[in-house]
This record gives sequence, structure tokens and C-alpha cells, in this order.
Amino acid sequence: MREQVRSTGTTTARDGVRVAGLRKSYGTVPVLHGVDLAVTEGELTAVLGRSGCGKTTLLRLVAGFDRPDAGTVVVGGREVAGPGTFLPPEDRRIGYVTQDGNLFPHLTVAANIVFGLPLRDRRARRRVPELLELVGLDEGYARRYPHELSGGQQQRIALARALAPEPGIVLLDEPFSSLDVELRESTRRAVVAALAAAGTTTILVTHDQSEALSLASRVAVMRDGKIVQADRPADLYHNPVDGAVAAFVGAVVALPATVTDGGATCALGRVPVADGSPDGPATVLIRPEQITIDIVGSGVSAEVLEIEFYGHDVLVRLALDEGSTVTARCPGFAFPTVGDVVGLTVRGPAGLHAPRAG
Amino acid sequence: MIPIVEAGGTRRLRYPPLRLGAAVAVGVLTLVPLGYVVVGALGVGWDGIVALVWRPRVGELLVNTVSLTVLGMAAAAMLGTAAAWLVERTDLPGRGMWTGLMAAPLAVPAFVNSFAWYSVSPSVQGLWAAVLVTTLSYYPLVYLPVAAVLRGVDPAFEEMSRALGNGPWKTFLRVVMPQLRPALLGGVLLVGLHLLAEFGALQSLRFATFTTAIYDQFQSTFNGSAATMLAGVLVLLCLFLLVGELRLAGRVRTARVGGGAARALVMHRLGGVRVPALAGMALLVVLALGVPLGSIAFWLATSTSTAFPIAALAATTATSLGLGAAGALVTVVLAVPVAWLAVRHGGRLSRLVERSTYIGSSLPGIVVALALITVAVTVVPALYQSTAMLLTAYAVLFMPRAMVSVRTALGQVPPELDDVARSLGVGPRGVLVRVTLPLILRGLGSGASLVFLAVVTELTSTLLLAPIGTRTLATQFWSNSSEIKYGAAAPYALLMVVISAPVAYLLTRESRRT
Repeated sequence: MREQVRSTGTTTARDGVRVAGLRKSYGTVPVLHGVDLAVTEGELTAVLGRSGCGKTTLLRLVAGFDRPDAGTVVVGGREVAGPGTFLPPEDRRIGYVTQDGNLFPHLTVAANIVFGLPLRDRRARRRVPELLELVGLDEGYARRYPHELSGGQQQRIALARALAPEPGIVLLDEPFSSLDVELRESTRRAVVAALAAAGTTTILVTHDQSEALSLASRVAVMRDGKIVQADRPADLYHNPVDGAVAAFVGAVVALPATVTDGGATCALGRVPVADGSPDGPATVLIRPEQITIDIVGSGVSAEVLEIEFYGHDVLVRLALDEGSTVTARCPGFAFPTVGDVVGLTVRGPAGLHAPRAG
Repeated sequence: MIPIVEAGGTRRLRYPPLRLGAAVAVGVLTLVPLGYVVVGALGVGWDGIVALVWRPRVGELLVNTVSLTVLGMAAAAMLGTAAAWLVERTDLPGRGMWTGLMAAPLAVPAFVNSFAWYSVSPSVQGLWAAVLVTTLSYYPLVYLPVAAVLRGVDPAFEEMSRALGNGPWKTFLRVVMPQLRPALLGGVLLVGLHLLAEFGALQSLRFATFTTAIYDQFQSTFNGSAATMLAGVLVLLCLFLLVGELRLAGRVRTARVGGGAARALVMHRLGGVRVPALAGMALLVVLALGVPLGSIAFWLATSTSTAFPIAALAATTATSLGLGAAGALVTVVLAVPVAWLAVRHGGRLSRLVERSTYIGSSLPGIVVALALITVAVTVVPALYQSTAMLLTAYAVLFMPRAMVSVRTALGQVPPELDDVARSLGVGPRGVLVRVTLPLILRGLGSGASLVFLAVVTELTSTLLLAPIGTRTLATQFWSNSSEIKYGAAAPYALLMVVISAPVAYLLTRESRRT
């Protein structure tokens, strides 16, 4: 996980993009039901959601390929879409990278990169070496055609092309999902490094939670055409607003609990929760890596049901004496075997969400 | 990869007004001949229509026209698809040569082809002769689009089908055919429309269809209401074809989804059928090319009327070339907005406009000509007997030829490229000039070549619309061969073939590259 060093203080940072009350329907099918999202200038914000949740539609409205039915889009302090306003995409200075890159097949890499520059700069092939370097490719690629490149190289060129006119904002629409795993890692690194070097405000749309958590400064989870939570990755992971968000961003153990005095009592014993949590019945959300397994048996007693070995870590399914099952994650070099009776302890604070209002 | 279903299909419903206006204007222009027929029918009245249409003669023409059209379409579909499959997807030897030869009959006009057969043996006439000659002339209209699709298909689909337990034949029927369907249906539709409009070849083979009957009617009486009624029946046949194709083709997205380059195609091994396949291809070439070229050579060498009036031949050639180039340019320019609308804004209106452009070409050249004359005389008298009028007729007649190529080319341009270009600060006009046009240039070129070929070999409406003194190769050939001066006609036929051949060749080379 990337260290979260940058300040996300809401009073000092400016909004690169601010979306308010955005609604959009296609025919009779509503896709966006009032989306609110603020994207801090110079940061990478991920919009995370399953396919069909409306995240691509949101991106298209920000880019200006479609008009919203209601709501406003403000880019760099300027309203670009809203009641009575609509700035066409070519005047928004927003870079756009699609899932397949969509390089212009009739143009060389260099011509693709300079496509968005004024004619004189296009002739001079200005910025080509610099941008190729930015995305981590050497100058030899300039004369190639898109079909001579691998998928990862195409995506890097697509980013270089989007960055060439020095846009204030770059939108990435699942840019890594059509790449294979190995290429995906290296392309991600190259793209994020290039974006950070250019200091560009970025919105990354993805359905891959680890991608969103590891690359973004902020992650906005989208569900059924709405943003349900927007937070720093660590806050999102540890304090999800509800069980569905919790489960969407990672494996989770949900246990019924009773909250009293800043702690929750559940089948795994007493677990600290956030200050100010109201007393009463609730559900605690514990991440498997918070549960430590003690082979000697101190803590809450449980029997090992199943082991999934991943190399770097191991997922252990356990049955508690009182009947419920939980999942713990432990390091790949020390783990119990099926049938062992072990002791469980919870480390760190747990997330919490109240049961249905009653 | 799961496509972005949330936005697919429905997101581009707004019609841009300017392009819509241009497309609608073109659609209206191509509907002028139909309007002429409808207005003519209204003028005659219901009783008049019944009296003119409900006759044994009309029934006879109907049987002839329908038999020829159905048989010709079926034969061209089978011949074109089989040849395309053999050349593109099997290890048939001499692939490059066959590619050139298969499209070459486009360079021989149907009325020259028929001349070759009947001038050698006058017994060649009637339905089967008509089916033979027109199939040999028109099968490339199926061959070219089907071959282009076969070259472009992703072999992964076929491999997947084989892995799922389908044999080669089943795979062809269940996986390859559905991919071919739009191209095949488009090609067959074009053949059908050509057969409905064919005049020269059928007239000379003495096979009467609505089109030849209308011509005769106009020649004998200037009062055109009987001919207009016959044209009305012909229009109904054409509409029937158009609706049928619409039903069968449905909505198919032809753009390739996904990035990266397609893998190289795996060629099917012919094995034991290699020799029969080669023999079949050779026979096709002999019938479609050997017979007409041989016959022209025969008459050049042996006829007593053979003559080479150099000045006349040169002037006629220049006229044909000029008209061909201008006609191709006008037609393609008019086809672009309609094709663009059809590809990018699928909807009822755009389909209506696109279909309307097919109607003009299904009408016989003579009806298009007389419709334009009537409109010109009443609305813009200056256009009467002008080259502009002739070019308009060509555009109306040959729009579908340009349309098929331009549509296919546009269909292969992913709409996302427009979005990307817009996001890079390029306005709609810039997108057209810098992205769309360069990508469809080859498509425009092949569309223009098809129209050029058609214009150089166009006979009927040129006979009627050409300004006085304008003589083309086709009209000169026709007047000589009608007077049984076969030797005098032969040089004009040869020149038509010589002009058309390089264009047909270029066309196949271009289509190979896509």
C-alpha cells in the first residue's frame, strides 16, 4: 500500500473537479441519481464500482461527450455543464484515456501524441521525446504505428497523447483492465508516475478495488448511480459506511456486537471502535488481517476448518465455539493446519455500522 | 472483457442538425424518381391503374422479372461466397492472381457480356441465358464485400467453435456465416437491384422484364402513363427487396471490438478437393472473362465492319473518362452524410434516409432520366439537357455503390476515436478532417471507383439524358451493335474494358489491405 503523505485537508486544497447533483437517464433508464463528487487538484481520485453502476457515464458527462439531465460540473472553478451551460468537450481541456487506448490507427506514435497540439507544434513534433520519456518509452517508438505496439505500450501512448496539450484534468476509463497482469502492474506504475510528474488532476474509473486503493489519494465508491462513500483509501478500508462497501473493498468478517464505552463486545471478545460510537446493538466489521492466530491457544478458542495458501499470506477459515465462522489472514511462513484448535485475538480498531434503524 | 453496457447503443441519439439536413436533402433527391412515379399514378387514377396493370402482359413480365431476380440473386450469392471463401480462407494456389481475376468481370459491362454470347450464338436467349450472363457479370458485387469480411474476421471465433465440438461445415454455418451476413445480404441486395434495373443485356438477349418493357413503351408512345404504371410495379418489387434485406440483416455492429492487432488467419487445407476447386475457379474465369474478351477479339479480327476512327474513339473516351470522374466525385460526396448518419445515429429516421437512397438505383435508368427531365423542365429549365443533370442522374442511380463502401469504412471507425479527438481540443469539423476522413479515405476511394466503373459503362440514362453531341463509349457501342455492326462496336467495348480494368484491379488491391 502506498503511503498517504499528501494532505487532504479540505480547507487548503482547491477542487480540480466538482460535480453536484448530477443526473442522467438513457431513454427511460436512469443511470445517475444525483452524483456529488469533489476531486482535489493535483490528486488522483478513483471512482470505484461494479460494471453498470454508472461510473463511465459520470466520466462521459465530465468530459462533455454527453449532457447531464440535471446537476452541474465545475472544472477548475469554471462551470462547464449545468442549467443553461454546456461547454463542448474540445473546449474543456480534459484529457481522456479509454479502456482500449483508441490510438488513431492511421497515425504514427508521434503524430498521435501531438494530435491535440496547434498545427505549428504538430509540424515540429514538439514535446514528443519529452512525453515518451514521461511515460517510460524510448524515442524509437515515435515512428511506429499503433498496431506495432503491445497493449501496455498503446495505453502509455494514449496517456502521452492525453497529456500533450497540458490538460488540467485527465480522465482514465478503466485504462488497465484490458492488459494482462504483468503488463498491468508495469503500465500502472508508469502511468501513475507520469501523472504525478505532470501534477495532473486525475479521475480513474475502475472496478478493481486493489487498483483503486493502491493508486488513488481518494477513492469514491459508486453504487446504483450514486457515490456512497468518498474517502482516503485507508479510511475507506477501515471505516466503510456499510457492510456492502466493506465487502466490496476487501474481505470482511461481520459479527453482531453490543457497543459500550468506545468498545464493542462480540464473539471475538472486546474490540475497540471509533470514539463517539453510540452505545447499543451494532455490527462490527473486522478485516481478516486484524485477527491474529495464536497456536498455543491464548484468546478466543476456534478450530481451523480450511486453509488457502497464497504464498505471501494465508487465509484461514475458523469455526468459533459458539458456532459462527470467521476468516483470518496470517503470514505465509507461519500458519496452523486443518483441525488445530487455536486462540484468536483482534488487533486494532474495528469498523462499525448500526443495524437497521429501529 | 465486459463491455460498458451501461451506455451502449442508446447514447448517441441526438441528430446533429447540419449533417442531418445534408443527409435528408440527399435522401429527398434520390426520391425524386419515385415521386415522379407516384404523381404519375395519381394522375392516372385508380381505374386507370387497374386497366393498365391488370393485363396478361404484365403478369408475364412479373413472372420473368421475379424468376430472373430470384435465380440471379441465388446464383450470385453462392458463386460469390464460394469463390471468396476459396480465395481468402483456403490454401488454393495462386491467391493473388485469383483476387484480381475474381473482381475483373466488373470491368465488362453486362451488355457487352451479353453481346459476346449472342453475337457468337444467336440461340443464347431467354431466361437461362439471362441468368447466366447477369450472374457472370454481377457475382463480384457479392464476392468483394464477402471477401473483405473473410479477410478481416478474427480466427479466434472459429477456433472457439471448433473447440466447442463443431466441425468445419458447422463452424462455417454457425460462426462464419453470421459474420458474413451483413456483407452477403448487402451484396445480394445490390445484385437484386441491378437485375431489376438491367436493360441492355436483357434487351439484347430478348428476355422481357419490366425494365425493357418500360423502355419499349417509352420508345413507341411518348404518352408515358402505361410505362409509369409498369415502373410502379417495379418500384414495389424493389421495396420488397429492401424490406426483406432490412428484416434479415437486423442490427449488427461491424466495428471490431478490442485493441491490438488481429492475429493472422489460418488457411483451411483443401486437400483432395484442391484440383476440382482450381478447375471450378478456372471455368468461372473463362466464362466471365474469357468469353467476352475472346468474342471482342474475334469480331475485331474477322468482322467486315471493323474500323478504328482514331479521333472519334479518342473524343468518346475522353467524354467517358470525364463523366466517370465527375460522377464518382459527386456521388461519393453525397453519400458521405447519409452513410455517416446511418452508422453513427442508428434510428428510424436515419434508416429511412439510407433506404431511400437505394430506391433511386432500383428504378430503371430511363425512369430516373424522365423524372429528372420532368422536374427540370417545370422547376429549373436551365438544367434541361445539361451535364449537371446527367451527373445528378448518375448520383441517384449509383448512390448504393458508394454507400456500401462508405458505410463499411465508417463502421470500422470506433466512435471512441471521436471522443478522444474532442477531448484533445479538436472540434467536430476538425474530427471529420483529421480523423474520420483519413480513416475512411480508402473506403471513399473504392466507393468512387465503383461509381466510376458504373458511369463509364452506363447505357440507358446516358442515351436519354446526355446533352446533344455528347457521345460515350457505351452509347457508341450500343448504336453500332444494334445495327449488327459487330466489328465497329468491338473497339468501343474494348476501350470500356481497358478503362475499367485498372480501376477494378485497384479496387481489389485496396480492399485487400483493409
